[in-house]
Amino acid sequence: MSMPFYVAPEQVMKDRADYARKGIARGRSAAAVLYTDGILIAAENSSATLHKVSEIYDRIAFAGVGKYNEFDQLRIAGVRHADLKGFSYSREDVDARSLANAYAQMLGQIFTHEMKPMEVEILVAEVGTIESEDQIFHILYDGSVVDEDRYSVIGGDAEAIGGRLEAAFEPGLDLGGALRAAVGALAGSDRQLVAPELEVAVLSRSNGRRAFRRIEDDELTSLL
Amino acid sequence: MTLPIFTASDDPGPSFAELLRRVRPVETLPPGGVALDISHATTVVAVRYADGVLMAGDRRATSGNLISHRTMEKVFPADRHSGVAIAGAAGPAMEMVKLFQLQLEHYEKVEGVQLSLEGKANQLATMVRGHLPAAMQGFAVVPLFAGFDLRRGQGRLFQYDVTGGRYEEADHASTGSGSLHAGTVVKLGFRDGMAEEEVVDLALHALWQAADADSATGGPDLIRGIFPVVATITREGFTRVDDAEVRSRFEALLGRLTAQQTGGTETGLAT
Repeated sequence: MSMPFYVAPEQVMKDRADYARKGIARGRSAAAVLYTDGILIAAENSSATLHKVSEIYDRIAFAGVGKYNEFDQLRIAGVRHADLKGFSYSREDVDARSLANAYAQMLGQIFTHEMKPMEVEILVAEVGTIESEDQIFHILYDGSVVDEDRYSVIGGDAEAIGGRLEAAFEPGLDLGGALRAAVGALAGSDRQLVAPELEVAVLSRSNGRRAFRRIEDDELTSLL
Repeated sequence: MTLPIFTASDDPGPSFAELLRRVRPVETLPPGGVALDISHATTVVAVRYADGVLMAGDRRATSGNLISHRTMEKVFPADRHSGVAIAGAAGPAMEMVKLFQLQLEHYEKVEGVQLSLEGKANQLATMVRGHLPAAMQGFAVVPLFAGFDLRRGQGRLFQYDVTGGRYEEADHASTGSGSLHAGTVVKLGFRDGMAEEEVVDLALHALWQAADADSATGGPDLIRGIFPVVATITREGFTRVDDAEVRSRFEALLGRLTAQQTGGTETGLAT
């Protein structure tokens, strides 16, 4: 009978984290930026049908990077969570914080107990009725949650993109300004991203009950 | 609340009703028929016109001989390009509308695309069919469904029976206790390709005639300022016609009816 080798827990966690990070780094990044009318989310995505940015609920959006099937599973679970909660209680009772916590619980559980961690990094954004109530939660593959103000970047290249966004961001950006800041940061200085390579959506305070709206084609090109 | 996660073989897919069944056991009705005194919603009509479809409903709910609500709404947006109007037992009807709206939105969010208009109509038929046991105990719900079919570029409307039978109507449909009168007025006044103002007037006239002949249908209440809910569904989406406009159209209609002295009195007691 063969004895299993002893592996220190630190090593196990480190290996899993490296594995997850490697998986996430293979995909392209996404960024969320606050602007006057709400929150803009832009992702580098050349597919027009496999979305990285989606609607969860009236005022809540989701963005994921990494392994598509894994973050899409999380997205659908989020839609179900939100719709069930809104149905059982009221539409007002559905909030990003509790959803972010539910995601964090699940990702944390999988990271510690399963063989393979999820190779994803996600954002949960909620637009408030006024600017100061806008929220962005950044959730990592191991279940850690960061509550971000102003902007947030997910993906393998997040650090460099975040640095560029820090330089470009200023409070009170309009839609076009926020879009150009986000896209400029995603692209970097040595290349230009055009509309077909981008997936952009907003949570807009002025969009009625369902704040989520995709910005596509001509509108995207003209804003860029 | 933890995240609802399912194995691939147990996944409820894009259906909210299926999801609900997974997380919450189905409530069964008590056996036997007991006549409960509950609120009933009455007359609603749907008419196709040049730009799409119009839906309208009176505001009265009754429990037996009593008026239980004067401001009830019976016409709702189902999603951006469709609407649902209800008649029958008020409680289950409201629940059905809420579930139907959620079902469409849930599908759209999970799948990333909207259901086709046909798909939405079938979805509602399934819900009405599922409600049959309650209908047999006296809590029938009979909705109308109408929408703008973006693929065909025209308004379409559907009526249902309690068994979930789904019938597409070409031009107009009505349901509820005053539907015979309202439907007749619409039938006589309908022309192909009516303009929006004409079709609003026709629907208001239909509801007025229903209210005039059916005690469960409410007429315009000028004292409290309560008027039927009228909504149009066009390529641009579901829009509720402003109350002030409904009021002025109603006043004009009542003026015309007074001038024409239509209707007679039936009782022969006129002076």
